[in-house]
Amino acid sequence: MINFVLLISRQGKVRLTKWYSPYTQKERTKVIRELSGLILTRGPKLCNFVEWRGYKVVYRRYASLYFCMCIDADDNELEVLEIIHHFVEILDRYFGSVCELDLIFNFHKAYYVLDEILISGELQESSKKNVARLIAAQDSLVEAAKEEAGSISNIIAQATK
Amino acid sequence: MALNPFSSGTRLRDMIRAIRACKTAAEERAVVRRECAAIRAAISGDGQDLRHRNMAKLMFIHMLGYPTHFGQMECLKLIAAVGYPEKRIGYLGLMLLLDERQEVLMLVTNSLKQDLNHSNQFIVGLALCALGNICSAEMARDLAPEVERLMRSRDANTKKKAALCSVRIVRKVPDLAENFMGLAASLLKEKHHGVLISAVQLCTELCKASKDALEYLRKNCIEGLVRILRDVSNSSYAPEYDVAGISDPFLHIRVLKLMRMLGQGDADCSDYMNDILAQVATKTESNKNAGNAILYECVETIMGIEATSGLRVLAINILGRFLSNRDNNIRYVALNILMRAITVDTQAVQRHRVTILECVKDADASIRKRALELVYLLVNDTNVKPLTKELVDYLQVADPDFKEDLTAKICSIAEKFSQEKLWYLDQMFKVLSLAGNHVKDDVWHALIVVISNASELQGYSVRSLYTALQAYSEQGSLLRVAVWCIGEYGEMLVNNVGMLEAEGPITVTESDAVDAVELGLNRYAADVTTRSMCLVALLKLSSRFPSMSERIKQIVAQNKENMVLELQQRSIEFGSIIQRHQSIRSSLLERMPVLDEATYLVKRASATQATIPAYKPAAVTPGGLKLPNGVAKPAAAPLVDLLDLSSDDAPVTTTASATAAPSDFLQDLLGIGGTNLSTAGAPSSASTDILMDLLSMGSSPSQNGLPAPGLSFPAQEKKPVSATPQVGSLVPEPMDLLGSLSSSASISGTKSTIAAPQAVDLLDSLSPSTSVSGLEDTRPSITAFQSATLKITFDIRKQPGKPQETTIHATFTNLTSSNYTDFIFQAAVPKFIQLRLDPASGNIVPANGKGSVTQGFSVTNNQHGQKPLAMRIRMSYKVNGEDRLEQGQVSNFPPGV
Repeated sequence: MINFVLLISRQGKVRLTKWYSPYTQKERTKVIRELSGLILTRGPKLCNFVEWRGYKVVYRRYASLYFCMCIDADDNELEVLEIIHHFVEILDRYFGSVCELDLIFNFHKAYYVLDEILISGELQESSKKNVARLIAAQDSLVEAAKEEAGSISNIIAQATK
Repeated sequence: MALNPFSSGTRLRDMIRAIRACKTAAEERAVVRRECAAIRAAISGDGQDLRHRNMAKLMFIHMLGYPTHFGQMECLKLIAAVGYPEKRIGYLGLMLLLDERQEVLMLVTNSLKQDLNHSNQFIVGLALCALGNICSAEMARDLAPEVERLMRSRDANTKKKAALCSVRIVRKVPDLAENFMGLAASLLKEKHHGVLISAVQLCTELCKASKDALEYLRKNCIEGLVRILRDVSNSSYAPEYDVAGISDPFLHIRVLKLMRMLGQGDADCSDYMNDILAQVATKTESNKNAGNAILYECVETIMGIEATSGLRVLAINILGRFLSNRDNNIRYVALNILMRAITVDTQAVQRHRVTILECVKDADASIRKRALELVYLLVNDTNVKPLTKELVDYLQVADPDFKEDLTAKICSIAEKFSQEKLWYLDQMFKVLSLAGNHVKDDVWHALIVVISNASELQGYSVRSLYTALQAYSEQGSLLRVAVWCIGEYGEMLVNNVGMLEAEGPITVTESDAVDAVELGLNRYAADVTTRSMCLVALLKLSSRFPSMSERIKQIVAQNKENMVLELQQRSIEFGSIIQRHQSIRSSLLERMPVLDEATYLVKRASATQATIPAYKPAAVTPGGLKLPNGVAKPAAAPLVDLLDLSSDDAPVTTTASATAAPSDFLQDLLGIGGTNLSTAGAPSSASTDILMDLLSMGSSPSQNGLPAPGLSFPAQEKKPVSATPQVGSLVPEPMDLLGSLSSSASISGTKSTIAAPQAVDLLDSLSPSTSVSGLEDTRPSITAFQSATLKITFDIRKQPGKPQETTIHATFTNLTSSNYTDFIFQAAVPKFIQLRLDPASGNIVPANGKGSVTQGFSVTNNQHGQKPLAMRIRMSYKVNGEDRLEQGQVSNFPPGV
């Protein structure tokens, strides 16, 4: 099971956190601080796994961002690397060659994507196309609602002129 | 457009920009504070339009680590809204800002229920997602029926979400497992990969949660699983699921994992899987990570189930390939499975020993750690020597961070397989030399116990340690052990006693040995323990090498004004021993009695943590006194030693005494932990106990109003007197007989450090007249009072058949060089005791202990057996016509008086 997902920039700034196991706000801050200390200092050619508090943290660096997932000791580390890559590829398709700024300004969208990939710390969908389709469908629902609201407010605006 | 509630995205961007533009943390806090204030205002003002945007802002602020609890209710409002956009952001906020432990979450249960029954599949999806990520046990119970129903839904996306949501529900409430097992098994027949993956994961979770479910799934879905795995591994190129040429590795892995759960301990199931496992193990490409991930899972499954031997060989071969892989990730997981494989097939793992040993030296900390743990498991009687050698060699170049783990493991291995003491000692000396600063205390304590027991290797040890110390003086625990050995076995170092065959003689003069200890004492980095040990070693050397005595005295004297009380005290006391008591010094500073190995091992095993807690019970005696170790646990050892002063050798008695004192004797012997020593006399006013009463008096100066906390001798002298009753109450019978001695008896070489104050006391009184052999009289006589000027001993006799009554014969001895005239002794007792004084034998106490005054008296303790005998005494006399007054209390009566 994935206990939490963490995206940290090379400067240690948090870009996304998703907790599937209960951690209090205080613990979360502590975990993030501990892990950024552990992971950001590791050399480039080392393995992608860090043992931490009886768990394993699998991380992978994409440009300036570290994608970290904390898993139980008996989970498959290599597979989690694939899950991270799966997530990154989907983000990449969704944003069109994703960069850190996309994830900063559209952080909520990154969460929506993650929610289509993982639920309760387990993998939900292995097809990238399927995830992309579901996200697109939901985005269009939102767009439709916006337009509707826009047209209503236009009507109201015109009616009250 | 101003009214459009969804046009607020720009404002979110603005806030993010403003925060990013901040140059300092203070600036950022200011921006956040401003935004939070605006959001709070909007919340209380019920600004509907901006709710959506505010929630997004709050989430960003939350991610930065600021408190956002005030936004929690907003999430609930958004979720309760009708439109999809509001619900979407509301659920996201719910998952981010809340966790399952917050009460607020209960309020959302109703909205969730409604949304789970919604006609829009996306809204159902949102609710399932939120439930799966943060639901609590109560919510799980409440909403399980809805989720169960949704697993039968016609929409694949709803089904997969419902299945994963059930994973969480089963984790929270394992009792619900049976409700889901039929559904989970039926989902395995689906075609949609998302549904399959989710169903497989649900099955795995059900197996963990319930035995019944495990049995059910074994019966009902093993065929389905084999089919799924066969289909997916035989399938031709499917772009949708392709990862590096492999079709859906995720599904592969999850099915393999479930197969492991089902096959574990079930031969039939395992048999059924053999073929497909063999196929996956042989056919999967291993040039990409995805393929290796599958192979890794497959090997684990083969190791986990009741596989055929052929399959096992296949798995071990894959492991071999993994281990020799150049990719660090692959090597890491290989070490990981080898750990688990070791219980299945030790021989196969042993074959990779060399490779594993190489991994211990890897540049990657994760790999090193795994490999070291594995090596530790691989050590056996036959390979312990080469393996230890490898590890010790590596110690020289290891990372400082890694040294602690490494030394702990090496020491543990050396101890576990130490059939040859010489080999063990050699390994330990190497470890201490190379990483002495990383060795834990219990390791070198154990080493000292071993050296103490190995009489034929003591010479070798002290010489090896001396040589090592020359090269590695910066290693803390090497210094300690070396200094201890030099102190104990100094003459073996100088005279090359007990040479081993393979050993070459070394030339060390007495002066060199003292130099070595002096260097240790003066090392900048040495801590109090080390320095204390150095002082003890010097003291001992002063007796081993009489010619060095003068120089040692000077070295010891350098610490006379040390800021650390412990060192200051040792310095002063040891100086006094060296200077004033040469006649008995050699017997006082005899070699330490052999430490009892068995007792130490038992103790170490029982208190695997620090050794320090062992003396806590003694420190928290009823009176609240902090007793230094030496006083709290005199045990019998020093006593015996003392009585044995005239004979050279007391092995029998000492072992006996060591077993009699299972307390922290090593600590005692090393004189560690005695840093509280000088506070011992300080009274606590909290208790109204008569004892305390007496104490408070005792700590007041006996003469001339010197302040109590004692570095000065008079105050120290009070300590044994007041402390002993507590000792008496802790230590059983043997103490009682000799209780009178124990207060002053903790001398002897072994106890010299802590017991030094008492030692001095004793010597002061003894040296003038009493011979050492006089002490061999074991009649119960106690030193009732002792100051620099006056000593009083009580000879105690009991009337048979009258336990309450005690006849005491007091002897007053003058320790100064002038006669005391008009000597009057007075005594006072608590109300429950009656006292009758006989006339004294005279009123002049001659100087220098040349004769004494005696006085008899009897006491009757009406509360005999409940309260101990206690007494205040007062002595008035004249010295050269000048009035003197001394007072004190006697509370060290043997129990039972």
